[in-house]
Amino acid sequence: MAINFLYPDYEVARNCDRCIVCRACERQCANEVHEYVDTLNKMVCDDAKCVNCHRCVSLCPTRALKIVKSGNTYKENMNWSGKTINEVYRQAGSGGVLLSSMGNPEEYPIYFDKILLNASQVTNPSIDPLREPMETTVFLGAKPHNIERGEDGRIKNNLPPQLKLSMPVMFSAMSYGSISYNAHESLARAAEELGILYNTGEGGLHEDFYRYGKNTVVQVASGRFGVHPQYLNSGAAVEIKMGQGAKPGIGGHLPGAKIVGDISRTRMIPEGSDAISPAPHHDIYSIEDLRQLVYSLKEATDYKKPVIVKIAAVHNVAAIASGIARSGADIISIDGFRGGTGAAPTRIRDNVGIPIELALASVDSRLREEGIRDDVSIIVGGSIRSSADIVRAVALGADCVYVATSALLALGCHLCRSCHAGKCNWGIATQSPELVKRLNPDIGYKRLVNLMTAWQHEIKEMMGGMGINSIESLKGNRLMLRGVGLNEKELSILGIKHAGE
Amino acid sequence: MKRVYVNEKWCLGCHLCEYYCAFAGTNETDMARALKATIKINPKIKIEEKDGVSFAVSCRHCKEPLCVKGCITGALTISADGVITINHDRCVSCFTCILSCPYGAVSPSEDGAVQKCELCVKTAKGQPACVSGCPNGAIVFEERG
Repeated sequence: MAINFLYPDYEVARNCDRCIVCRACERQCANEVHEYVDTLNKMVCDDAKCVNCHRCVSLCPTRALKIVKSGNTYKENMNWSGKTINEVYRQAGSGGVLLSSMGNPEEYPIYFDKILLNASQVTNPSIDPLREPMETTVFLGAKPHNIERGEDGRIKNNLPPQLKLSMPVMFSAMSYGSISYNAHESLARAAEELGILYNTGEGGLHEDFYRYGKNTVVQVASGRFGVHPQYLNSGAAVEIKMGQGAKPGIGGHLPGAKIVGDISRTRMIPEGSDAISPAPHHDIYSIEDLRQLVYSLKEATDYKKPVIVKIAAVHNVAAIASGIARSGADIISIDGFRGGTGAAPTRIRDNVGIPIELALASVDSRLREEGIRDDVSIIVGGSIRSSADIVRAVALGADCVYVATSALLALGCHLCRSCHAGKCNWGIATQSPELVKRLNPDIGYKRLVNLMTAWQHEIKEMMGGMGINSIESLKGNRLMLRGVGLNEKELSILGIKHAGE
Repeated sequence: MKRVYVNEKWCLGCHLCEYYCAFAGTNETDMARALKATIKINPKIKIEEKDGVSFAVSCRHCKEPLCVKGCITGALTISADGVITINHDRCVSCFTCILSCPYGAVSPSEDGAVQKCELCVKTAKGQPACVSGCPNGAIVFEERG
């Protein structure tokens, strides 16, 4: 047998004084870490199979389990970390590209954590949201430049189609295929109850979910899976996916093994065939080409639905966004480099793209300078972790944010980053029926509603503290932000002052 | 009346309901202390499973209970609110109820008498422990027509 160079990353620590051998851990682990030994009446485990998803930890009725970092260490080296060494071992063994899931976990600056919010004192009084009305409703879509009047002198309705959201949040794109039926149902039902939107991702829309159409963004990506006239018209908006923050410049690949039953039908591809989304749209090589697709989709939807163009935050994002704003798109969505994914090459996820905070600030500034900011709304995603991040994003110039990782966390995800293995113990990133049923949408949708309701309360509190009673007054209000520990260049890109200034 | 209902669509076969049931019966406050010494629990709710389908079975609290009809000592009674309970002092372990229950929801207990789900009315919590312990909402306690 070849030498196994890899020592397990985690160890399952079992407190045998508390373990009652109920075997729930064994039954709930799709990775088959736990095993019952009847001769000893004891549970044993194989740490090497553990992905640290915490399913057993969460279900253990006596709190007898915890997962700890393996104490095994290589000789200390600031250049060659244990992780780097292990990756070399892994590739030397497999000869393959390393795969990862969810967002970039590496140590890059998190600008949101270096931006502080303002609050009123003495002069401009703060507002108590429990006593006074506080508006978080936003409208997304192009806004007209001028008021037009008809021959009778009355104001003409020249407002292009808009999306109305009860708060500046939408659930971002996760395809049916990358996540389960029950995860989609949870998102759709939560979006309906909250008065916001969720996004189909690129896998088409399951026939059961057409009834949530007014709370759905339908996506058209480079693979064009599941796209047909009824699909386009069933949603409240159509999103063209040009790029994804977790893997800019890269397409997608859902293995044929996952293209079964409803997924094959929904994607409109044969069972067992690989669903390959090309890296580019093969009909888009310029802004003019993009404009053609934007208007094709507008034609197909009778100019009744806003068209969103989603791009990854990359180096010249401001120029790209300027082009998109001129392509006829109603909304630009920008996905930062910490955005999640169901599977991406590790090197791409961890090394490509730029932080969403900088991308947002530069896009907003650029569109303002060019006088075209009102032609589009801006949605940002790529690790919006809390209501405070939403407030910062709005103050930096976003109209709305996309959240997905936080939504998955609400559904039970523990960020074990093993989605690509397809054995999600929480029933989210899997298509295996016995695992999918672990996510009961009755529970899942309620947790999503709870999370967003809590965030809405917090947004109101923070706005109230600043003396602002409408989210529209916060939008692009960068005077409400101050940087800490940022250099002049970072402050100038973010368009904010340093704390104390 | 409110009864315990199960939905096999959401049952994961994790068997935790059985352990919460056994724990509730001990009236202890800590599950590890309550069940640590028990090698095999004897719960009143039991998971039936085959070929990937699983669901929990416990007393249905029938409106016309065969177990009560068959009980020769009057140990099994149906209360005014519909809960069927067992008086351990009166039970003579003839097991007529076990034979007559069509759901297999009555079973022998360690103390000689029979045992069955009494909707936790006699336990410290007073609410069915299997329902609150189910991680996936597959067991519910509710009023149905």
